[in-house]
Amino acid sequence: MRPCTEAELAEAIRAATAPVAVRGGGTRGQAVAGAVLETGGLSGVRLYEPGALTLVAGAGTPLAEVQAVLAAERQRLAFEPPDLRALLGRTGVSTLGGVAAENASGPRRVQAGAARDAMLGLRCVDGTGAVIANGGRVMKNVTGYDLVKLLAGSRGSLGVLTEVAFKVQAVPEAETTLVGEGFSPEAGLAALRSALGSPFDVSGAAYAGGQVLIRVEGMAGSVAYRAGQVRARIAGDWRLAEAAESAAIWQGVRDVAAFAGKPGALWRISCVPGEALAVPQALAAARVPHEALWDWGGGLLWLACPEGQGALIRSALGARGHATRLRGEESSPVLPPVSPEVAALQAGLKAQFDPRGILNPGSLG
Amino acid sequence: MDVPVPDAAILSRKPAIVARLRAVLPRDAVIDDPAETRAYECDALSAYRMQPLAVVLPRTTAEVAAALRVCWEEGVPVVPRGAGTSLAGGSMPTADAVVLGIARMNGVLETDYDNRFIRVQAGRTNLSVTGAVEAEGFFYAPDPSSQLACAIGGNIAMNSGGAHCLKYGVTTNNLLGVTLVKMDGTVVEIGGPWMDAPGLDLLGVVCGSEGQLGVVTEATLRILPKPEGARPVLMGFSSNEVAGACVADIIKAGLLPVAIEFMDRPCIRACEAFAKAGYPDCEALLIVEVEGSPAEIDEQLAAITAIARRHDPVALEQATDEAHAKRIWLGRKSAFGAMGQINDYMCLDGTIPVSTLPQVLRRIGELAADFGLEVANVFHAGDGNMHPLILYNANKPGDQERCEALGAEILKLCVEVGGCLTGEHGVGIEKRDLMGVQYRPADLEAQMRVKDVFDPKWLLNPAKVFPLAVSAGRRAG
Ligand SMILES: Cc1cc2nc3c(=O)[nH]c(=O)nc-3n(C[C@H](O)[C@H](O)[C@H](O)COP(=O)(O)OP(=O)(O)OC[C@H]3O[C@@H](n4cnc5c(N)ncnc54)[C@H](O)[C@@H]3O)c2cc1C
Repeated sequence: MRPCTEAELAEAIRAATAPVAVRGGGTRGQAVAGAVLETGGLSGVRLYEPGALTLVAGAGTPLAEVQAVLAAERQRLAFEPPDLRALLGRTGVSTLGGVAAENASGPRRVQAGAARDAMLGLRCVDGTGAVIANGGRVMKNVTGYDLVKLLAGSRGSLGVLTEVAFKVQAVPEAETTLVGEGFSPEAGLAALRSALGSPFDVSGAAYAGGQVLIRVEGMAGSVAYRAGQVRARIAGDWRLAEAAESAAIWQGVRDVAAFAGKPGALWRISCVPGEALAVPQALAAARVPHEALWDWGGGLLWLACPEGQGALIRSALGARGHATRLRGEESSPVLPPVSPEVAALQAGLKAQFDPRGILNPGSLG
Repeated sequence: MDVPVPDAAILSRKPAIVARLRAVLPRDAVIDDPAETRAYECDALSAYRMQPLAVVLPRTTAEVAAALRVCWEEGVPVVPRGAGTSLAGGSMPTADAVVLGIARMNGVLETDYDNRFIRVQAGRTNLSVTGAVEAEGFFYAPDPSSQLACAIGGNIAMNSGGAHCLKYGVTTNNLLGVTLVKMDGTVVEIGGPWMDAPGLDLLGVVCGSEGQLGVVTEATLRILPKPEGARPVLMGFSSNEVAGACVADIIKAGLLPVAIEFMDRPCIRACEAFAKAGYPDCEALLIVEVEGSPAEIDEQLAAITAIARRHDPVALEQATDEAHAKRIWLGRKSAFGAMGQINDYMCLDGTIPVSTLPQVLRRIGELAADFGLEVANVFHAGDGNMHPLILYNANKPGDQERCEALGAEILKLCVEVGGCLTGEHGVGIEKRDLMGVQYRPADLEAQMRVKDVFDPKWLLNPAKVFPLAVSAGRRAG
């Protein structure tokens, strides 16, 4: 199925008698069973007001097209959606709806928020075929419930997005990355904490393989000043990466480029930054070889390790965060377990929005 | 405004219901003497008031759960209440409802500077959250003007904003987790001190649900390191249009002030008379504030004032020191108080696309003339969140009705130009019956289905947010 209008999509959902697998570009998210429903026909930028920092586009619009439109006005999506194609071994064209449905957020999450924070409004078709609009295209909106947040990151389980409105951001005049070498994981994570706990408005804080990365962005004078202040605050061997070099570094962090093509399982762990060593330490204690890459000041951990470690990872993490399986180890659930109370609410919402259970079955775990 | 008819059966069972609440709560936590419950009859939308059946003031999550379970079993509606500063009637009770006030739950449970969060009880006031962390150089960003009084629980329910949300976002962007008690007494932990949810974003939908999905008893909030400094600049312009164009240019230039506040002539005059802030006598005034080190502030303000100069400002005044900065903010911060001195007023809260600012201000002026009322405008211009203040005389028969009718027209205008009915104050009872202007029936149905999941009996703050006729079937059930 490849509907070209919202009405066609609604009709297709109403007529469906078996599960459908909603697909933007198939570049992220887990594979689910069902007849493939492509959103690529719902494409195109419908409204773009640079002066109001707003963009509205069809859910099937290629991300690259949106980024090109924004770049022409020196604007961007602040939340830096990752491109995980190489990492997940996918091909295809990433779409705006896929970004929204996965709440796909990159390194700037720590400063500018996640995809869900930039989403101003949406339209979708739920599992009954009803067309639902929520939010709008203005910066502040508390009119009724925020179904935009509920649908953001819902992995196509409640509705098929047809249109999304985003708040966008001006590309700042300058960016600089402090690159520090030779840090132990403990010292590296402490450096990230120190940077994010400073008043210098850090917009990226990552650590991997002994290397600490700290980004500042803004007006040229201010960037130079703040990079200097952060550097003075944290002892270490620093060099400065400017402009394009800095941008390339963060593209690598964003896309987890270092782990592309690695065999075995791949995990994405979201946790209290101070607990970011718990899982690697547990794996080390069990003599399981692994590689880790920390973003979001330690609050996001990408982990590559042999298959079969899901139970160990999730128990080591306990209540300090949650682990999602991205690749490999098909026997482990993709999503972490949730409490019975949360599970009941999720099941209740699923039953309301998709009573026949036909939208991306299993995508909520 | 219509008020649902109180359930006579509940009113007649009052003694039994109060006795059951007393059985599960401490002695001083249940109030049913009408002389004392009067204090809970309204919020800041004080034109509407009704005394509740009883008031409960629990101190713990367990007590909240116990009280809710009794009401759930008895089929009694519950109206959660923070500090009662809602401007939308969100915490106004009905005669057959129990008010559940969280004011006694005001403790700090955990502060973690390394991981930059604080966990508090939901009755803690907004300002005292910052108060708890500022000695360590941190602050809690959302800063509604009512921050001295309003509670975090109320902020979460209304997804409140503040003067500085242009840079830092509103409540939902700064909230990491909540402890929520559902109407049936079930306690649910949602989110936590990490940056995303594994399944559905329940936190996102609880925030802004106006006390209709559950009672928030604890909250985990993101705290931020305080900037090195801040400085405002005051700009006066010869017309609203020019000021609006200046705002659009600042935003388009990629400058990110923490605040851009707008006041029009009626508002400037009233503030000046009241606060004597030394504002220029002009048609429109902007206060733009930026943050950083002194050199960074100079850099940003140089760019901003260069843009302003292209719009021929009649006044351009940068704060030279702390006292001067305070004086620039003084007039803006006392705007509501100033208007209150000279008139009764109704404060609207629609949001519009920033690009439509001049057009909307002109149309508001025309509408005001049609209705024979005066409107003063003071608002967060950077994000298009308008606060038209309609001035009226509460003692003059018919004036309040006229004022409400004009308010409805202005809000419809906001929707017409691509905006919304409320940017930060919420729907409550005030905008309930206008929801159909912004949303189609299917859109409202989708929202109500969320409430069906959290509160199937529709007992929590039931007569709010949705037009009464639209929610009637559910509330009766
Ligand atoms: C002078 C003045 C200035 C204001 N300025 C601003 C401003 O700048 N920005 C802004 O956004 N708002 C502003 N407001 C509006 C108001 O202060 C906010 O809506 C505030 O968040 C309400 O908090 P409260 O504790 O007073 O809540 P209440 O008025 O007690 O309740 C508000 C709503 O929240 C629900 N609620 C309260 N506590 C809980 C809980 N624990 N769990 C679940 N639901 C709960 C209530 O049922 C009700 O629906 C202003 C109000 C005044 C009077």
